[in-house]
Amino acid sequence: MVTENKEKVLVVIQLTGGNDFMNTIVPYTNGHYYDARQKVVIKQEEVIPINDTLAFNPNNAALKPLFDSGKLGIIQGIGYPDSNRSHFRGMDIWHTCEPDKIGTEGWLGLAVREMDPNQENVLTGVNIGRGLPRAMSVAGVPVTSIGDIDGYGVMNDIEKAQLRDRSIQAFKNIYGQAIGTGPVSEYIGKTGIDILKGADMLSDVAAAYTSSVEYADNPIAKSLKDVARIHLAGLGTRVFYTNHGGYDHHANEMLAHPGLMRDLSGAIADFMDDLEEHDAADDVAILVFTEFGRRMRDNGSGTDHGSGGGAFLIGKNVKGGFYSEYPSLDPVDWEHGEDLKHTIDYRGIYATLLEQWLGVESKPIVRGHYEQIDPFLN
Amino acid sequence: MKSDRAQVAHLMRRAGFGATPSELDYFTQNRTYESIVEELVNPEGTEEIDDRFINRYYSGEGVPPYVGKWLFRMINTKRPLEEKMALFLHHIFPVAWGKSEHGPSIFTEIDMFRRVGLSNFRNILVELSKDPAMIYWLDNNENHKSEINENYGRELLELFSMGVGNYTEDDIKNASRAFTGWTFSQPIPIYPQGHYPARFEFHPDDHDNDEKTFLGQKGNFNGEDIIDIIVKRDATAKFVSRHLCNFFVEDEPQVPAWNIEPPKNPDLVDHLAKTFVDSDGNMRSVLKELFNSEEFKESINKNKVKSPTELVAGVIKQVGNFREIKPGLESYIGALTVMGQSLLNPPTVEGWHTGSEWIDSGTLSERINFASAEFSDDESPGVRELIDRAGSLDDEPKQLVDRCLDLLGGVQVSQNTHGELVEYASGLKTSDESSEMTDLIRMIVSTVDYQYA
Repeated sequence: MVTENKEKVLVVIQLTGGNDFMNTIVPYTNGHYYDARQKVVIKQEEVIPINDTLAFNPNNAALKPLFDSGKLGIIQGIGYPDSNRSHFRGMDIWHTCEPDKIGTEGWLGLAVREMDPNQENVLTGVNIGRGLPRAMSVAGVPVTSIGDIDGYGVMNDIEKAQLRDRSIQAFKNIYGQAIGTGPVSEYIGKTGIDILKGADMLSDVAAAYTSSVEYADNPIAKSLKDVARIHLAGLGTRVFYTNHGGYDHHANEMLAHPGLMRDLSGAIADFMDDLEEHDAADDVAILVFTEFGRRMRDNGSGTDHGSGGGAFLIGKNVKGGFYSEYPSLDPVDWEHGEDLKHTIDYRGIYATLLEQWLGVESKPIVRGHYEQIDPFLN
Repeated sequence: MKSDRAQVAHLMRRAGFGATPSELDYFTQNRTYESIVEELVNPEGTEEIDDRFINRYYSGEGVPPYVGKWLFRMINTKRPLEEKMALFLHHIFPVAWGKSEHGPSIFTEIDMFRRVGLSNFRNILVELSKDPAMIYWLDNNENHKSEINENYGRELLELFSMGVGNYTEDDIKNASRAFTGWTFSQPIPIYPQGHYPARFEFHPDDHDNDEKTFLGQKGNFNGEDIIDIIVKRDATAKFVSRHLCNFFVEDEPQVPAWNIEPPKNPDLVDHLAKTFVDSDGNMRSVLKELFNSEEFKESINKNKVKSPTELVAGVIKQVGNFREIKPGLESYIGALTVMGQSLLNPPTVEGWHTGSEWIDSGTLSERINFASAEFSDDESPGVRELIDRAGSLDDEPKQLVDRCLDLLGGVQVSQNTHGELVEYASGLKTSDESSEMTDLIRMIVSTVDYQYA
C-alpha cells in the first residue's frame, strides 16, 4: 500500500564515472581481493574495520560515526543483469529504468510528476549543478537546475537596481505573453516564467541561512551545502539531485580516488550535522549511487569498467547496517570475464525509496516489480 | 538591392551560422538569392580554411581543442553549408567519443562528414560504413562471417537510411552478412607515441561470400551492393528528405515517431524526394531545391528551435571576438554541454532530441545568460560595429529596435516582443540611471524569439 508522506525528502548523489566499490567498502580479509588487486588495493593494515570481513577505506573515516550511530545503510552488490560497461548507456539505464531500449523519461522526473501533478511548485524537483540529468528529465515536468543559488535566474548580473527590475519586467512580459503564439513558443514562454518563479523563491535562501557547520571547499561539499540551504528554507522541494564527478579511474586510481572519498564522506557528514543542528534531519534520506563498479583485477594503475557496485542510503530515519550481500569475489562466480555478479536489482532500491519514503507508486516508474528492502525506521 | 535582407539573413542562419551586418550588406547589394544558394551548394570556387593555420592554436588530440577548431570553422568559413552539413551528419549519424578507444577516429569522422556532406547519398553511406569510429561505435568490427553482429546493419536501415517499417528482420540479417569483414586496422597503441587514427580494412577471409536476399533481390552482395539497393528505395529518398526538412526548415517530432506522424511539410518532402530520385541522391540538387522552395522561405519565423551549437556559434560570430585565429574557443564546450549538446558526445545512437526538447528551465537559463553575457562587452568588435551602426538610445525607439534586430543577423520577433522591446528602449532613454546600448542588445538576445533559428 502506498502511504502519504508528503514531507519526505530524497537527496540523490550520483558518483559519475563508476566508483570502485571494492576499494570503498573493502573486503579486507578476502584472499581473492588481494590476489586480484595487485597495485590498486587498500592494504589490510590501513582499513577501518566494520566487521570481520568488511571495512571502510581509511579515507571514508567520516562515514564511520554515521555507521556506528545506525544512520548509514550499505547496499551491497547493487546492479542489474548484463551490466552495461558504457558510462553513457550505463547512466541512462540507471536514470530511466530501461535496460533494453533507449528510455527518455527519468525516474525522478516521473516521481516529481506524481508528487506535484498540477505543477504547483517549480522547486518540487531541484538539480544542484548545470544542465539537467536525464533522471530528473521528463517532457512537460518542470524541474529546476541550479548552478549557483546566488546567481540563479536571468538578468541577475545587471548591477543597477532599476535597470534590473525593468529588465526582469520586460522579460516577464515577453515570456508571459508568448501564449497564443503556437505550442513551442508557449512552452518556452512558460519555461521562462518558471525560471523567474524559481529565482523569486530562491532569492532569500542565502541570506536566511546560518549554520555553525563549516563545509569544506570542494564541489560536492558546495553542492550539499546548497541542498541544505534550500531544504532549510522550506520551499517544498521533495527531490534533490547532485553529481560528484571524476570516478573513472582507469589510471592513477591510488592518487585520485582517496581525495574523492574524503571529499564525499566529509561533505555527507557535514550535511548531516547541518540538518541535525537545524532539527531538520528526520525527513531527509540520501541515496549515493554510481553507474557500475570496477573489474576484479586492476590494470596496474587503475581499474576498468566492471559491474557489481554498491550504494549508500543515509538518514536519521534509515536503519543502518548492511543490505543484500557482498558480491562473491571467488573467480568461479565472476561474470563476463572478471565482473562481480550483482546481488540486488537497483530498481528494487528505487521502488523502496518511491513507495516507502516518497509515497509514490513504483511499478509504472521502475517498470515492474522488484525486490524491495526495509530500510526505514517508521 | 539585389536580394531581400531578411530572406538572406534567414538563409544564412539556416544554411550556416548566421551573417554579420557587413556580410549581409555584401550579399544583398551584390547577389541574388538564387546565386547565393548556388554558391552555398557548390562551394568549390570559394576559399577554404587552411587547417594548418588553425592547428597552430588548437593542437593536441583532446575533444575540447577539436571542438574549438570546429567552432572556428563554423563562424569564419566562407563555405558555411559545408560546415552545416558536417553538423547535420553528426546529428543523424551520431558517434560519441565515449565509446571510442581509437582517439582521433572521432575527429577524422567529422572531417569526413565535411568532405562528403555535399556529395551524393550513396557516397555518404559508403564512407560512413568504412569509417572506423562508426565501425567501432556500432560493433561492425565484431561482425564476423562465423557470427554476425547486427548492430550496424540494423541502424543502417532503421536510423541511417529508410526508417522502420520498410524492411524485415531478415533484411537486417542479410545486410549485416554483407558487411562482414568490414573492419579497421588496429592502430598503434596509445603509449608512448600518442594516438594514431585507425584505417578502414576489408578482410576477405572474414567476409560472408554466400548468396544473400535483401529487399527482394538476390545476389552475392557486399556492403556496397547493399547500399546501392538502399539508395534506390523511395523510403530512403523520403527519409533523407524529411531529415533535411527537420534540420533546415521546421522541427519535426523525434525520429521514432516518423512512421506514425506525417511530415510537417509533406509537399516539400515529396518534392525533395523526387529530386533525390531524379538526381541519384545528389545532395547538392536536393539542397538547392530546398533553399529555393517557398516552404523554406516562409519558414523564416518561429519554426525551429536553435540547437545549442547554432546558438553558441551564432552568438560568437556576431560578437566577433574570434574573427582572427586565437586560442579560447575550446572553452565553449562547457556552454554547449550545459545547454544539452556536448559535441562529439551525443547521448545515444538516436542522436540528440531536437526542437522544443532542447529547452528546459536549466538549458533555457543557460542559453539566455550565455547570450546576454557575450553581448555585454561593447569593446568586442562585433558589438562595437553593431552599436556604431544602430545609433544611440536618444534615437526614436522603434527605429532603434528595428536596426538592432537587423544588425543582429536579421532576428525575427513577434509583434508582442517587438512592442515590449520598443517599450524597454523608451524606458532606457528616460531612465535616471545611465543606460547603454548593450542593455537593449542583451534584452533582444534574451527573448523567446531569439531561441529560434
